[in-house]
Amino acid sequence: MRHIISILMENEAGALSRVAGLFSARGYNIESLTVAPTEDTSLSRMTLVTRGNEEIIEQITKQLNKLIDVVKLIDLADISHVERELMLVKVKTTLNNREEIKRLADIFRGKIIDVTNNSYMIEMTGSSEKLDAFVESLNDENIIETVRSGPTSMSRGEHGLHL
Amino acid sequence: MELSGGEIVIQCLKDEGVEYLFGYPGGAVLHLYDAIFHQDDVKHILVRHEQAATHAADAYARATGKAGVVLVTSGPGATNAVTGIATAYMDSIPMVVISGQVPTAVIGSDAFQEVDMIGITRPCVKHNFLVKDISDIAETMKKAFYVATTGRPGPVVVDIPKDITDPNIKIPYHYPDSISMRSYNPSVQGHTGQIKKAVELLLTAKRPVIYSGGGVVIGEASKELTELTRYLNFPITNTLMGLGAYPATDKQFVGMLGMHGTYEANLSMHQSDVILAIGVRFDDRVTGKLAEFCPNAQIIHIDIDPASISKTVKVDIPIVGDVKPVLLQMLALIKQQHKPDAEPLARWWAQINQWRTSKCLEFDRSSTEIKPQRVVEQLYEITKGDAYITSDVGQHQMYASQFYHFDKPRRWINSGGLGTMGFGLPAAIGVKLAFPDADVACITGEASIQMCIQELATALQYNTPIKIINLNNGYMGMVRQWQEFNYESRYSQSYMDTLPDFVKLAESYGHVGIRVERPEDVMPALEKAFAMKDRTVFLDIITDRTENVYPMIETGKGHQEMTLRVAPGTPIDRELA
Ligand SMILES: Cc1ncc(C[n+]2csc(CCOP(=O)(O)OP(=O)(O)O)c2C)c(N)n1
Ligand SMILES: [Mg+2]
Repeated sequence: MRHIISILMENEAGALSRVAGLFSARGYNIESLTVAPTEDTSLSRMTLVTRGNEEIIEQITKQLNKLIDVVKLIDLADISHVERELMLVKVKTTLNNREEIKRLADIFRGKIIDVTNNSYMIEMTGSSEKLDAFVESLNDENIIETVRSGPTSMSRGEHGLHL
Repeated sequence: MELSGGEIVIQCLKDEGVEYLFGYPGGAVLHLYDAIFHQDDVKHILVRHEQAATHAADAYARATGKAGVVLVTSGPGATNAVTGIATAYMDSIPMVVISGQVPTAVIGSDAFQEVDMIGITRPCVKHNFLVKDISDIAETMKKAFYVATTGRPGPVVVDIPKDITDPNIKIPYHYPDSISMRSYNPSVQGHTGQIKKAVELLLTAKRPVIYSGGGVVIGEASKELTELTRYLNFPITNTLMGLGAYPATDKQFVGMLGMHGTYEANLSMHQSDVILAIGVRFDDRVTGKLAEFCPNAQIIHIDIDPASISKTVKVDIPIVGDVKPVLLQMLALIKQQHKPDAEPLARWWAQINQWRTSKCLEFDRSSTEIKPQRVVEQLYEITKGDAYITSDVGQHQMYASQFYHFDKPRRWINSGGLGTMGFGLPAAIGVKLAFPDADVACITGEASIQMCIQELATALQYNTPIKIINLNNGYMGMVRQWQEFNYESRYSQSYMDTLPDFVKLAESYGHVGIRVERPEDVMPALEKAFAMKDRTVFLDIITDRTENVYPMIETGKGHQEMTLRVAPGTPIDRELA
C-alpha cells in the first residue's frame, strides 16, 4: 500500500542524506521525496511517499524515528488528509492545437504561465492522479518536458505536525 | 578561561571524566595532540593501527559501561577506524570517536587526506557531527557523549576540521552540565498495561523460556533478571551477547541458543509456549529458519529500541522500555500473585533434563591431540571462572562461549554482531587498562590474531599484562568447517602455509612466548602464564585441526534440526587437504 510519511526534522546539513541513506541501506523504496524549511527555520519538513506492507511501513517509521535528527513524524495514510503536487509541463504548440491545449488546461484548472510562438508552459497543482490524468490527456508528441514536485500533504482539521 | 579549539576538546574529555583516549596522530589532529601534550589527566594510549584504537576503546566500554573514546586523524586514520566503529555499532556499544578533518576552507576539494567521514560512517553510527565553529565544540562533545551512552547506546563520530582546533584562536570555555535535544528522547518507561498483560501470560505458561541478550548486560539488569528467573523457576537461555547476564553455572541455565547453542536451549525454544525475550534482537544466527521459529510460542519482548521489536519475528506483547525498570515492575507484579502452576513446570523441566542427557557439547577427551574445548575448560579452571575473556572470530570464539561459564556480566567481550577478526587483542588491552588487577585472557586463532598482531607493542608500552590463548589449528577453522560441511571438504584458501613462529614473534615484541603441543602440557603452561602476573604471555597451543564446533544449526534450518556430533565423544576424523 502507498503511504505518505510527513517528517519534521532538524534543518541540519546531512539530515536529508540520513533519510535517503536509511532507505537505500534497508532496501525500502522511495516513490518521491520533497523537503524544505518550515516557518521555523530550524526545522525542515519532508514528505516521503513509499510503498510496502504493514510490517515494512512499521519498520520504516520506527527506523525514521530512530534517526537523531528526526523530531516527529506522521503516517498520513492512517488519517484523513489532503494531498497536493505541483507540476510544470512544457508543450509544443501549433496554430491548430493551441486552443485545444488551452481548453484542456482550463478543464484541469491549470494555468498557462509562459507562452512563445510554439510552446506553452502550464502550471498545475492537485492530487498525483489528477496530474497523471492531465499528462495522459496530452498528446505525447507535444510534451517537451515535465517536472513534478512529488506530493506534499497535511492532515485535515485543527491538529497538525508541529513541535 | 579562554581556550583554543584543540584545548577545548581535551578539556571536554576531562570534564566528561574520560580516563583513557585511544588514538593515533596525524596532520589534521596535530593541534589536538599538542593539547594532549600539555596535560596528563586524560591518558592517551598510542595504538599501532587505528582499528585497534576503536576495538580497545570499545572493549573498555563493554567491560566498564562507560563510553570508550578514540582520536584519529583524517583520511586513512578515519577509514582505518571504520571497522571498529561498525563493530561497536552492531553490538550497541557506547563510543565517541573524534576524527580530524581537513580545514573547513578546503573541505570538498579532494584535499590531501580528505575523506567524507560523515558520509562514510553514516550507516554505522548512532549519530555523527561535523563541527563547523569553535563555539560549537563543547556542546557538540556533550551531545556526543549523551547520545552515545543513553537509550540504545552506540558509537558517535565527531569530525573536527583542523582550523577549528587552531591554537591561535581562543574563546571562553564552558562545558554544559547536562543537555537535552528536542529530537532525541532516550528514556522510555515500559507501558504498565503491557507489563500486566505480560505477567498474566507468564503465569499461565506451561512450557516457558526466558531468552535474554546483550540488552540485559548493557541495561545493567543482570540482578533483576536473575531474581525474576529464580522466582519463576523458568529455564533461561542467553544469546552470545548476553552471556554472563545470568550465571552460567546455575541449574536453570540451559546454555546459549542459536547456531552453536545447546541442544536443550534450542529445543526448549522450539517447543515453548511462552517466550520472555529480553534485550535481544532475534538475530538470524539465533533464530535459524524464520518460518520454523518457535511455532507454538506466544512472545513477550522487552527492548529499549522499538525498531528491534517485531523486526524479523512478530511478537505478541511488545514492551518498549529500559529493561531494568521493566523487570522490576514485572517482579513486583508477579510477587503479588500466586506462583505459576508447579506441575506443568515440573513436566517441562523433566523434558529439558532429558534433552540435557544428549550432552551435546561433549567431545573426545581421550584424544592424543589437544582439543580446543579442553583448553578453554582448563583456562576456566585456572582463572576460577573469574577472568575477563576477549575473543576473536571463528571456532575458538564458539568454544570460548560454550566452555567458559560466565557467571557475571561484562566478562565476555566479543564481536557478536559484526564478527570482526582482529578484535581480541586490542580488546584485551582495553579491558586490562580498565581493570589492571583482573586476569584478562584473549582466546584467539592463528588467523584472527594476525589481523591486529601489531598491538603486542601497545601491550608492552602500557604494561598491560594479558594472556593470549592462541588456539592454533593451522586453519581458518570456522571457514574450513563450513567448507567441510557444504563444499565437500574443498578447503579453498582457508589454510595459511606460512605461519610465523609465534613464540619468537611474542619475544621480539618483548613478551613471553610458549608453544604447547601435547594435551598434558596445557595446564602447566597455563599455570606458568598466569603466574607471571606482570608479563604478557602468548600461548601458542597447537590444537586438533580436524575439530569442529558442535552442535550446529546449519544455515536455512530450524532449531529442531540441530546437527549433533555423530555419537557423543566420537571424533570425526576427516582427511584434511
Ligand atoms: C575481518 C574478517 N574477515 C573475514 C572473516 C570471516 N571469517 C570468520 S571466521 C574466519 C576464520 C578464523 O580463523 P582463526 O582465527 O584461525 O579461528 P578458528 O576458526 O580457526 O578458531 C574467517 C576468515 C571475519 N569474520 N572477519
Ligand atoms: Mg585457526
